[in-house]
Amino acid sequence: MAIARRAFRRFSAYRGATFAGVVTNTMFGFVYAAVFVAAHAVAGDIGGFDAVDTATYVFGAQAFLAMTGAHGDREIAERIRTGEIASDLYRPVDFQLWWLSHDMGKAAYQAIFRGIPPFVVGAIVLDLRIPTSPGTWLAFLLAAGLGVVLAFGVRFPANLAAFWMLDARGVVALTALAQVFLAGHIVPLYFMPDGLERVVRLLPFAGITALPVETLLGAHRGLDLAGVYALQLGWIVVLLAAGRSLLTAAQHKLVVHGG
Amino acid sequence: MVGERIRAGLADYRTLAAAKLRSDWQYRAGFVAMFASTVLVTAMDFAGIAVVFTKTPELGGWTFRDVAFLYGVAGVSFGLADFLVGSVEQISPRVRTGVFDMLLIRPVNALVNLTASEFTFRRVGKVAQALVVLVVATAVADIEWTLGRILMLPLTIVSGTVIACATWVITASIAFFTVETQEIANTFTYGGDLATSYPLHIFESWLRVLVTYIVPLVFVSYLPALYILDLETPLALPSWLRFASPLAAVAMVVVARAVWRAGLRHYRSTGS
Repeated sequence: MAIARRAFRRFSAYRGATFAGVVTNTMFGFVYAAVFVAAHAVAGDIGGFDAVDTATYVFGAQAFLAMTGAHGDREIAERIRTGEIASDLYRPVDFQLWWLSHDMGKAAYQAIFRGIPPFVVGAIVLDLRIPTSPGTWLAFLLAAGLGVVLAFGVRFPANLAAFWMLDARGVVALTALAQVFLAGHIVPLYFMPDGLERVVRLLPFAGITALPVETLLGAHRGLDLAGVYALQLGWIVVLLAAGRSLLTAAQHKLVVHGG
Repeated sequence: MVGERIRAGLADYRTLAAAKLRSDWQYRAGFVAMFASTVLVTAMDFAGIAVVFTKTPELGGWTFRDVAFLYGVAGVSFGLADFLVGSVEQISPRVRTGVFDMLLIRPVNALVNLTASEFTFRRVGKVAQALVVLVVATAVADIEWTLGRILMLPLTIVSGTVIACATWVITASIAFFTVETQEIANTFTYGGDLATSYPLHIFESWLRVLVTYIVPLVFVSYLPALYILDLETPLALPSWLRFASPLAAVAMVVVARAVWRAGLRHYRSTGS
């Protein structure tokens, strides 16, 4: 918790970058929203969602971009490359948990300052569907929190690739790329062809953005909602375990140069 | 005299860019992975368009073939501009730290030096991907080829590239005046690329005004595409505008040059 709080404060220092990010996310939101709304104008409802749902989805997904590090966060990989990782490893706290807490703090900052503003601007300019029932908000907040943990679960092993490669930028970039598309940042999953959609909905990426944002739209309730949480939790367990065994393997081979 | 200076600038650009390419190539695995990811990023944008068209036969009255053509033109123009001068964005950290001074004391034009020494070869991946889409879209599109249309296509690409290059330089020049909000540039560069890949008339009026009158990105793809594809627009635009892209390109170069020079004059290095 203390680590998360410090990460929150650390990112508060970048006000200019945050403002610029908000402007960019908002603009991209308007462009994507216009494109999908134009599709709805011809096709009517798509996958049970109407144009207002989709415009809301777009701004929700834009809000998740920074929060879930969808542009490829290389911080751990960079510390491995420079060797600074050594000082992280001999801290008296668990390495993976330390970074998870750090990411949670960062995500909280991004959610408030990068996520909410574009959504508010979108809601002022366009007609968006904002849930009124507190139950939907609660369901959404839980799904969003799990989404952030899941994003860390995906990012952590990708960053650890730096233990084995001199330049892990490619691995991190490819992982981020998969996340952007498969988590539903380019198109909502329900725009995808049925066969593809069914597969994509089972992958961990769906739980990062698409499922939480759809939960905000009230698309997942009851048993369906339980299924969303189960998928998120299941992947979190698998990915955190995978990250941990990679880390153990890396620690066995790690030799830090120093002097 | 001016020709001489341009030739010297291009020669410097080539030398510096080649040096950067050789240095990047030393990390081969990383180089290949980054190149692949660039191609995939841009292919993903196009996949997004293709996905949307699995649910609708048209977008604002334009078919998949029409939008693919639009995407190809916009992608090649913005891709070439990013490839050639996209590194001008690197100006922001240099102005903040004062390292920009070093560019000013060298016997090479500062803009050439900055863009060439941060030259990023993998950006050619974007051009390649968009070019493939453009070629296929042009081949399958229902275009009634006349001499005018045949000439218009390369002219559009050149004008579009120049407009996009000027946009990069203008928005990067913001860094001379305020170092805080330079990333806003991406709204016009990468955001401009995205917006010009779709028919302009599907956007809300304020967004149309932004990409028509504030930054004339509408000349990159939409207006010439109306002529080449022979499509109607629901917007009340004078028909001669379809041919005005080269004029817009010249105007943008004049503005970019003025803004860049004003920026250089405003630059006072950094304290301490």
